[in-house]
Amino acid sequence: MKKVTEASQAVAEAVRLCRPGVIPVYPITPQTHIPERIADFVNNGEFDCELIYMESEHSAISAAIGSSAGGARTYTATASQGLALMHEILHIVSGMRLPVVMNVANRALSAPINIWNDHQDSISARDTGWIQLYVESSQEALDTTIMAFRIAEDKNVMLPIMVCLDGFTLSHVYEPIDIPDQKKVDNFLPKFTPLFKLDPKAPVTMGPVGFPDTFMDFKKQQQDAFDASLNIIKKTNSGFKKDFERSYGDGLVEGYMLDDADYVFVGMGTICGTARVVIDTMRKKGNKVGMLKLKCFRPFPEKEIIDSLSKAKAVAVFDRAVSFGHKGPVFSEIASAFCQAGKRPVLHSFIAGLGGRDVTLDHIEGAFSRIKKEKLPVSEWLM
Amino acid sequence: MVIKLNPGAVITTPGNSVENKTGGWRSLRPVWDKKKCTQCMICWTYCPDISIPQKDGKRLETDFDFCKGCGICKQVCPFHAIIMEKEKK
Repeated sequence: MKKVTEASQAVAEAVRLCRPGVIPVYPITPQTHIPERIADFVNNGEFDCELIYMESEHSAISAAIGSSAGGARTYTATASQGLALMHEILHIVSGMRLPVVMNVANRALSAPINIWNDHQDSISARDTGWIQLYVESSQEALDTTIMAFRIAEDKNVMLPIMVCLDGFTLSHVYEPIDIPDQKKVDNFLPKFTPLFKLDPKAPVTMGPVGFPDTFMDFKKQQQDAFDASLNIIKKTNSGFKKDFERSYGDGLVEGYMLDDADYVFVGMGTICGTARVVIDTMRKKGNKVGMLKLKCFRPFPEKEIIDSLSKAKAVAVFDRAVSFGHKGPVFSEIASAFCQAGKRPVLHSFIAGLGGRDVTLDHIEGAFSRIKKEKLPVSEWLM
Repeated sequence: MVIKLNPGAVITTPGNSVENKTGGWRSLRPVWDKKKCTQCMICWTYCPDISIPQKDGKRLETDFDFCKGCGICKQVCPFHAIIMEKEKK
């Protein structure tokens, strides 16, 4: 069914189609439209689900542990300070290998207080053991949320996933979307069968102490699951293409005008839509420019990034977050990926669009002209 | 003991902590003087590790497989029937 709607509502449609049994949630700008729309569905009898209004994000993600451990497909959504408040529990969800799916409507972190978009919230949760997928459009937000349940619940993965969409810039923007049929989603997404579940008839212990003789082994299992997830994300993306006739690159990265590009833009989220426009205009003038959209930030698709960028002369990495005292987080990781690679482009770092500051066509075109001229790596804040 | 490392550290054989002897943590050892003991059972009530077994309402020798030497039994005994000695092992 075609519909014009905002990404938040598109995500709510995706959640309804995936039939989670339990949704513990706490509202925070700019995520609120997601649970609001889900509440409408439940209230109208269109969606049979235990929707629990919690007293904080810390409680919401804690309740998600309980319901996922009990064997229910579990979903929640948050943003910014809410994600920060969840922080300690995020590690527990992943450590217990519970495949919770959560949308993050990306927003800046205080102080000063700011409700607008950047990626500092989810980037600050980088090492919590969650898979992180970033989306560019409402359709991609809907589709990726459906894919996320299948990836998370794969027996070789069993890891929680954050599907990150830019706050306001995407969450509140109306676009035409295609809402898939329930039957098709049921066919794509099998019923959730947990590896273990809390059941009084067959008791198990979850969340025990891990002494030094076992703790590290469990951490290695998580790392192995991340390694395995690279392939499963790709397979899920191609499976989605087969069933729904849509896909996003190889599921990990997506190239645009990349094959013969000498100068490449790299970014995550809605900024990539702006870059497409710049690239189209510059191509018409004969500039060999292209884009690599990083859809999957964790696991970090090192091989795919090296394969996509090694032919380029120079790369402009745009970060909507900063690792204070160093550089852009995406930039640092791409630089680290190229450290051992034979042939590498000159890598430039641009920090842009913090706290909702506009990233304009001129910013991106300016970055392209800059990296064309500069011989040495640039590290710049686009103010 | 061989431990199966299930993903997420799930233990599918609950109640198996009896197999994991934790008495080795002990640096002090409670020594029970049966002559001074009146079998009031206060130590049995207070032991946080269920390491004082009882039979027919009377306490038995401390279970050193699990006693961690916290000294609470010594502290609560009104008859000074328990003293703590340095563990020699």
